Amino acid sequence: MAWARKILRVNLTEGTCKSEPLNMEWAMQYLGQRGLATKYFVEEVDPKVDPLSPENKLIMTTGPLTGTNASTAARYSVVTKGPLTNCIACSNSGGYFGAELKNAGWDMIIFEGRADKPVYLVINDDEAELHDASELWGKSVWHADDWIKEKHQEPMFQIAAIGVPGEAGVLFSAVVNNKHRAAGRSGVGTVMGSKNLKAVAVRGTRGIKVHDQEAFDKAVAGAKAVIAGNAVTHEALPAYGTQVLMNIINELGALPTRNARDVQFEGANDISGEAMHEPRRSDGKPNLARNAGCFGCTIACGRISQIDPAHFSVKDKPQYHHASGGVEYENAWALGADTGVNDLEALTYCNYRCNEHAIDPITTGATIASAMELYKIGALTDAETGGVKMEFGSAEALVAAVDAICEGTDFGKLLGLGSKRLCEKFGHPDLSMSVKGQEFPAYDPRGIQGMGLTYATSNRGACHLRSYTVASEVLGIPEKTDPLVTDGKAGLVKIFQDLTAFVDSSGLCIFTTFAWSAEDIAPQIDAACEGDWSVENLMTVGERIWNLERKFNMDAGMTAEDDTLPKRILKEAAKTGPAKGLVNGLDKMLPEYYELRGWTPDGKPTEETLSRLGIS
Amino acid sequence: MDKALVIDVGKCTGCRQCELACSYEHTGTFNPARSRITVFDFHEKARFVPYTCTQCDQAWCQQVCPVGAISNENGVKVVDAATCVGCKVCTIACPFGTVNYEPASGKVIKCDLCGGDPACARACPTEAIVFADVAVQGFEKMRAWAEKTDTAPQASA
Repeated sequence: MAWARKILRVNLTEGTCKSEPLNMEWAMQYLGQRGLATKYFVEEVDPKVDPLSPENKLIMTTGPLTGTNASTAARYSVVTKGPLTNCIACSNSGGYFGAELKNAGWDMIIFEGRADKPVYLVINDDEAELHDASELWGKSVWHADDWIKEKHQEPMFQIAAIGVPGEAGVLFSAVVNNKHRAAGRSGVGTVMGSKNLKAVAVRGTRGIKVHDQEAFDKAVAGAKAVIAGNAVTHEALPAYGTQVLMNIINELGALPTRNARDVQFEGANDISGEAMHEPRRSDGKPNLARNAGCFGCTIACGRISQIDPAHFSVKDKPQYHHASGGVEYENAWALGADTGVNDLEALTYCNYRCNEHAIDPITTGATIASAMELYKIGALTDAETGGVKMEFGSAEALVAAVDAICEGTDFGKLLGLGSKRLCEKFGHPDLSMSVKGQEFPAYDPRGIQGMGLTYATSNRGACHLRSYTVASEVLGIPEKTDPLVTDGKAGLVKIFQDLTAFVDSSGLCIFTTFAWSAEDIAPQIDAACEGDWSVENLMTVGERIWNLERKFNMDAGMTAEDDTLPKRILKEAAKTGPAKGLVNGLDKMLPEYYELRGWTPDGKPTEETLSRLGIS
Repeated sequence: MDKALVIDVGKCTGCRQCELACSYEHTGTFNPARSRITVFDFHEKARFVPYTCTQCDQAWCQQVCPVGAISNENGVKVVDAATCVGCKVCTIACPFGTVNYEPASGKVIKCDLCGGDPACARACPTEAIVFADVAVQGFEKMRAWAEKTDTAPQASA
């Protein structure tokens, strides 16, 4: 139980949809979602595959707890080989899509091949069918969502889709469900577009049971009480969302600003979670309309905003005058602090656009920031920008750049390469704040040392969600460590990576770990699923997943040289704040990390380690 | 004391724990499609609205049922599944759409307040749904408006 025990295989080349039993032997080793889909992926796909070729596959996958009443059991993931990174890609989203897919009776969908013309997939419980999407090609996620519901007269569909950039090959395209929840990173939407797959619409009415309902009720109730009693999950996140971090991280001197030239942003408060609550001078309304939860979530950190209709970005565009997903911390940072823009309304508009057209706001903002630096040093000129004055701090430039990506102008196509390829193209590869081709998010590794190791070793390119040591280094969860030192961070990163890998495989949201320890999570999984899901075993499952992903990346051509950070973070010291004078001490952490992982000094999992974890 | 489900739309975050609890209570599975309470997501209006039967005193559904399958049990309108023939006339009569035909069982389903301890209210994490005395349902709303009532001269126009 908990697993639907059934997967849907969609061959887009052939136009077929077939049901297969879930491989339960693998489920016992990899749990579900991120882990289990990665296992399927590495078994079926050549690591050297061109991510945008028909030979690449794309898996949409739920976890065993997805769709149950465990708090936050909304999650689904998209697993593929990413075009931005050429690494394993695994992007995770909430909203209502994952639970609906599970309720239709599917643990995962494996897409293979490429359709000869645009299609979308419709799932009604057991029935799955591909439909012609020619009327949707060239249209936004928002349009596709409305159109499919209308066409099939099914308002209860939950829909995940790509936008125009995903069709056009923008390398950081996302898959957006419910109009504003994103499987955001590494270009998973670009792969979907390369397959001529526009959208997936699902309606599920079958119901979900768990293995030991009595034990599950008890474990779930206890865990919900922990969330309700925790200041972060019960107070800070519902009130301010992840945006609660903006002022905190800025004061810590760890807010990458103007393409990480600085580590503190003078406009941070203007774009903070607190600012989202303040009435605007123009219309007296706050930017934030309300908070929102994903399926089953008792935290509800989501932001629903409404842009000031008089703001320059939307003044003549009534189609953006309604409420929709507002800025989260990473988005506000990337679109705001990293570009030096302190205009909350402009950031909100750009966030709408990122959702409307399914592009990753982190890479979008960070790529625009790198373009602003290229422009500042004269490497990028008006000739390439189409006349847009790409100056740090310009809200007009930010809005024009995001519009360009969504609309696919020549300048938009340049930005659509992501910062690594853009900066290489214009002769300044060091100005890309990326690892393995993916831009790092909103924590400067000079001010939070552990995040340097997190970014350098993340299996999907720079990412905060693979080992969020900020929890320990800043918030003191589970215990406080000093953000300015490297001592002990290798072990911390390893534990966070393994813990996160199993949480990402369960159907639960990683944000629960602000309140929950592994001891709160394990009993829920153990009650829901057959088998032994003790904390100890789950940590081993996490370690197994991490090593499987790592092995795939090494087989794909990654080496230890790719486990690094942008030169700026390693050589240019922070100019202000508590970390003033510091660079990131990656060289002090990385060898210890490899050793703790049971890898060779050049970062390869040893035969002994792989064998211990049952990876062949 | 007569109690009813009191819904405060402003507190609803759209988590749908009420649908999970309702379907689990009535079907033994987590299945929002078979819940008697539905949360509507008016995304572009930034509003989530949980909606279910309000247990009308003179209930349209009860009055039109040709086989007498809907009874009034201490104010709660309850469908007797053994008697219901699935004719759906009640679904036409109900002005609010809160009694619905369920293909899985071939019967109509509606909120029965779980026999006096509604699972949805217990599951709601934000008290958007509470099971409270009907006589004071409007009390908090009245108090909120009363607090805004101010006859003192305004400081500025």
